[in-house]
Amino acid sequence: MAPYLGDSFGNPSGIHAVSRVAKAALEEARERAAVLLGADHPLDVVFTGGGTESDNLGVAGPSLASGGGVVTTTVEHQAVLETAAFLRRLGQSVAVIEVDSAGLVDPLQVASAVGSETAVVSVMTANNETGVRQPVRQIAVAAKEAYPEVLIHTDAVQAFVSEEATLASLGADLVTLSAHKFGGPKGVGLLHVRRGVPLEPVLHGGGQEIGRRSGTHNVAGIVGMVSAMEAAVKDRDRFRADVGAARDGFEARLATAEPDVIFTTPGAARLIQHSHFRIPGIDAETLLIRLDGLGVAAAAGSACHSGAIEISHVLMAMGLEEEAARSSVRFSFGWTSRPGDGELAAAAVVECVEAIR
Amino acid sequence: MKALVAMSGGVDSSVAAALMLEAGHDVIGVTVKQWQGPDGSLPVTGCCTVSDAEDARSVADRLGVPYYVLDHVEEFTRQVVDRFGAEYLAGRTPNPCIECNRRVRFGILFERMESLGCDVLVTGHHARVVGESGDRKLLRAKDRSKDQSYVLHMLDQSRLDRIRFPIGGMTKDDVRDRASGLGLRTATKPDSQDLCFVAGDYRDFIRERFTEADRPGMVVDVDGAVLGEHSGTTGFTIGQRKGLGVAVGEPLFVISIEPEAGTVVVGPRTALLTDGCSLEEMSWIAGRAPDDPAVAIQLRYRSEAVSARLVRTAEGWDAWFDDPQEAVAPGQAGVVYRGDEVLGGGTIVAALQGAPA
Repeated sequence: MAPYLGDSFGNPSGIHAVSRVAKAALEEARERAAVLLGADHPLDVVFTGGGTESDNLGVAGPSLASGGGVVTTTVEHQAVLETAAFLRRLGQSVAVIEVDSAGLVDPLQVASAVGSETAVVSVMTANNETGVRQPVRQIAVAAKEAYPEVLIHTDAVQAFVSEEATLASLGADLVTLSAHKFGGPKGVGLLHVRRGVPLEPVLHGGGQEIGRRSGTHNVAGIVGMVSAMEAAVKDRDRFRADVGAARDGFEARLATAEPDVIFTTPGAARLIQHSHFRIPGIDAETLLIRLDGLGVAAAAGSACHSGAIEISHVLMAMGLEEEAARSSVRFSFGWTSRPGDGELAAAAVVECVEAIR
Repeated sequence: MKALVAMSGGVDSSVAAALMLEAGHDVIGVTVKQWQGPDGSLPVTGCCTVSDAEDARSVADRLGVPYYVLDHVEEFTRQVVDRFGAEYLAGRTPNPCIECNRRVRFGILFERMESLGCDVLVTGHHARVVGESGDRKLLRAKDRSKDQSYVLHMLDQSRLDRIRFPIGGMTKDDVRDRASGLGLRTATKPDSQDLCFVAGDYRDFIRERFTEADRPGMVVDVDGAVLGEHSGTTGFTIGQRKGLGVAVGEPLFVISIEPEAGTVVVGPRTALLTDGCSLEEMSWIAGRAPDDPAVAIQLRYRSEAVSARLVRTAEGWDAWFDDPQEAVAPGQAGVVYRGDEVLGGGTIVAALQGAPA
């Protein structure tokens, strides 16, 4: 990344030599990303300002291009849900399908909401809070059976680091990725768009990204993202082994030390880096502040603008009572986690829970 | 010692946090999100706004202490705002800051301080606590013009043991000097004036939120003769002179409000005078009533305490004033002092005429 913040500072849209260096770096990054994603053509990769923007473009883009509606689920990221709400205000039909107690959506239920008025179905690859994986491939098959022209968008932001998440592997037409979830810089992402999928831009201006995303390119960020992508894909097997061991060790230790612990989605297929649970009677906010004091960073719900924890719409959609939702916390393990880290984290949780009691 | 500092984003609590840190304590800063706009965001005007939380965060960051926003909107709404409306509905003149201190700051937040493993709860109130455990005394602030002991009268020995008011011995100018010396961005921030959950006129707030509280009716004189009509009782407060909408030869004041009938009783200034008041929900800082019934009682937040004699009654206490007092408003607190010391206090439930039985 560094050269593109220093000597090679050019705007890739310019005409002179400095710009050409930046343009070359940008397009080389696009080619490398296309290889990793199995894209038909490098230009199928649209660089954006992150996951939220990719979701906006991936949902609103097809809807605005064809004038069709959206089918999505109650557990999607706000970037998808708010985009759907925006499209509804513009007069599009929007169906938000409910999930079961594990947060899973039924492909047939999605398909039954799809019709000729539907432009795009958006179902996340894996949930950002619980890590639960949706049956995106089955959803795509069922939806296209209902209406062959429907497009499938999936937010794979959370999944990509540990799961293959491409158009081919998911049966999707649009895939959202965000760099910082696989070790890249914040504020940069991409939307992988299947060839020929019509997209109305959501950012209007100078027509970069062949008109699909205007705005000066974040060259350093894009180069950094693609390098991180390559590293993450190469590291996936190791990641799955080490991080999976850390997460499993965490849960095993926690279940032994705190028999009351309730894991949020027992039995559901989920990403190997997520653990989501509650200990009845232990307020999540208090637990997180105490853990922070021990140097353990965990999360609950989603942080609102003020920084206060808000009740998770995902947990509410799964039918949890408010008090259960207020006790639920999320641990995510990442590429720096080593197998033994899980036990250490569990010991910290146990220490805090005992102090609170 | 581990201190939980309630940081509002104002200069007083900023300096309170700094002083605890200087004294060598471990400090955790928190802002209680207690009110929100219709979309769930922090309000943009009044107190407790997004920018207040950002100010508090900036100060915590500058001091290098952890900082969190705690969401107690639901409890604040139920325990403070709704109660405020119900009091108005009953024709009383409530003081929501007292209920907030009783139920939120030194209720819920005090419990949170304990569950977070902290030793003391620290606020930026202008008041002083002196004496040893079991014999703590609550005193007026050094800066009498900023004294807030009136709204703290409900504290008891167990609370005072674990509460600190570090700036109670400083003048406001001292506080601002310390803040600018420390480079805190809140140093020159103006004092908050209004009810934190009301942006604008509290009467409009009552009318909008508690529509049934605002009853139209008659304006009558002390003998019951109708002088005119008014559009809603919310527009009146005991002792009010302006805006009565009726004119006779002499200046008229609101003497009382009868909410069920929607009647506003007005009369000459002399009719405002009362000889005493009845108090309920009395609490005593020492845990018991003073032996000597000759005390001073403060009847409003910003007024001088007046000499009075306490008499125990079946329901609570009566305070008989040495000299008749104007505009005693049921719903306000009657706070009992001896010199600078707060002995206790309760809620005024009725004005009294005559002399003790």
